[in-house]
Amino acid sequence: MTVGAEVVEAHGLAIGYDNRTVVADVEISLPSGQSLALVGVNGSGKSTLLKTLAGLLAPVAGDVKVFGDEPGRTPQRVAYLGQFHSVGGLLPLQVRDVVMMARYRRRGLLGRLTRSDREAVAHSLERLGISDLGSKPLRSLSGGQQQRVYLAHTLAREADLIMLDEPTAGLDAGANERYAELISEELARGAAVITATHDVRDAARCDQAILLAGRVVAAGSPEDVLSAERLLDAFGIALLAVPHQDHVDLVIPEDAHAHADHIHRDRRRH
Amino acid sequence: MNWFVRPFLDNPFLQRSLLAGVLVAISCSIAGTFVVLRGLAFLGDALAHGVLPGVAGALLIGAPGILGAAVGAAVMITGVNLVTSRSRLSSDTAIGLLFVGMLGLGVMMVSRSDSFTGDIVGILFGEILGVSRSDLVQQAIAALVIAVIARVFARPLLLLSFDPEQADIAGWPARRFELLMLVMVTICVVMSFQTVGTLLVFGMLLAPAGCGALLARRVPAMMLWGAAIGSLSVYVGLLISYHLNLAAGASVVVVAVTIFFVIFTVQAIAQALSQRHVPVVVG
Repeated sequence: MTVGAEVVEAHGLAIGYDNRTVVADVEISLPSGQSLALVGVNGSGKSTLLKTLAGLLAPVAGDVKVFGDEPGRTPQRVAYLGQFHSVGGLLPLQVRDVVMMARYRRRGLLGRLTRSDREAVAHSLERLGISDLGSKPLRSLSGGQQQRVYLAHTLAREADLIMLDEPTAGLDAGANERYAELISEELARGAAVITATHDVRDAARCDQAILLAGRVVAAGSPEDVLSAERLLDAFGIALLAVPHQDHVDLVIPEDAHAHADHIHRDRRRH
Repeated sequence: MNWFVRPFLDNPFLQRSLLAGVLVAISCSIAGTFVVLRGLAFLGDALAHGVLPGVAGALLIGAPGILGAAVGAAVMITGVNLVTSRSRLSSDTAIGLLFVGMLGLGVMMVSRSDSFTGDIVGILFGEILGVSRSDLVQQAIAALVIAVIARVFARPLLLLSFDPEQADIAGWPARRFELLMLVMVTICVVMSFQTVGTLLVFGMLLAPAGCGALLARRVPAMMLWGAAIGSLSVYVGLLISYHLNLAAGASVVVVAVTIFFVIFTVQAIAQALSQRHVPVVVG
């Protein structure tokens, strides 16, 4: 797709369940080839926002468009990986079957799966380093291996918008590094990527970030959003993200306690 | 050899019973596979019993039992959907309440009948030995309809069994396809109640598909295992019933459930033994 074309746009968006607002006033403008991190602690609303953008939850109020349409209306262009997988332990599926299911939507109900589908599946398995697990039953794998299978499934959709909820959960350090490379490759081919994460280091690598804490604490570039003061506001702990060329360090500022006191004093005044 | 074959060669009614049972086994293995994979066992059970007032009502007014069963199942599905979507009650509470309510209503209605005991036993346990040619035709059509639904909608049904969110994301709404699963279960229940009854059809939905889940590594194989084990259960159950003069429908279901537990136990023992022989590396 054309790099720079608008993928997700939201204005005055309120999200929640059963018409009860969890987070209001969300503004998003995400073009293709860019990444957005939704950052916050558990219950901050990041998964709810991701589900709303995926079309799994209806917005409570405001406008939201995905590829110029309502969320959920362009299933062939969207991939989503949720945080919890309700895969039953009984489901007799081989790893290759799970990844092949990502190609079903392209072929519809009865269309034949083609060589390009088999190649896409093989390529996704290879990218995640699990080609040797292709014929293994899904239920025989460890949690980390299963997470890599789900990631391979997500990439095999070859979507223009990829949404991931805590995608590095259960991954070891090597797989984590490989995941970061894969996301860079997806962005380079023009896909937009939205990640819900509580890991500030993952968020700092993105082009944009929205910091959530039951409300929008800040939105913009990670440098602006992930300041020590705002992270203290959202996470309740003083942290500072220091970006380097190939990684991001999280440090506790020397005057963290002074920061905390200062912010608490400010809040009391308001 | 005579013990195994002769009863079927000598008795045409037993041939019809065998054929009807095999058709039930095929239908139930396909629908039951999704019941087992999606964890819909309780709803399937409730559905099987929810048809009782429909059948009883049909008997009272002289309408075909199958029609009554279909109406009962439709009321049950609509009720469960309404209660779960419009209240904070969890679906198992809604299903449980409707299940007991429908069962009670059915028994109340049958109690108006002069032949109460005979009717209730017939509905709950079926009359597999009294299957007619027209019953066979109906069951063959039901098996064909279920097989066609499973083939045409295999992809959304499989995605739904894998993860409902992935079915939604693919543009195949999970709720709609879960309803389709229930329609398949309903067809099974409605068409099988003559053969194994509303109580025992549930065993045929779960036991063979459960065996398939233990033995198969792919979903189509799970259905094939289910159909084969279900058919074997029908054959062995009818033989036991014939030679020992026991209730036929119940014998079939008991054989199916026994096969499940035999496979389960053998696998559990094999797994325990294999774990005992794994060398432990220290240090």
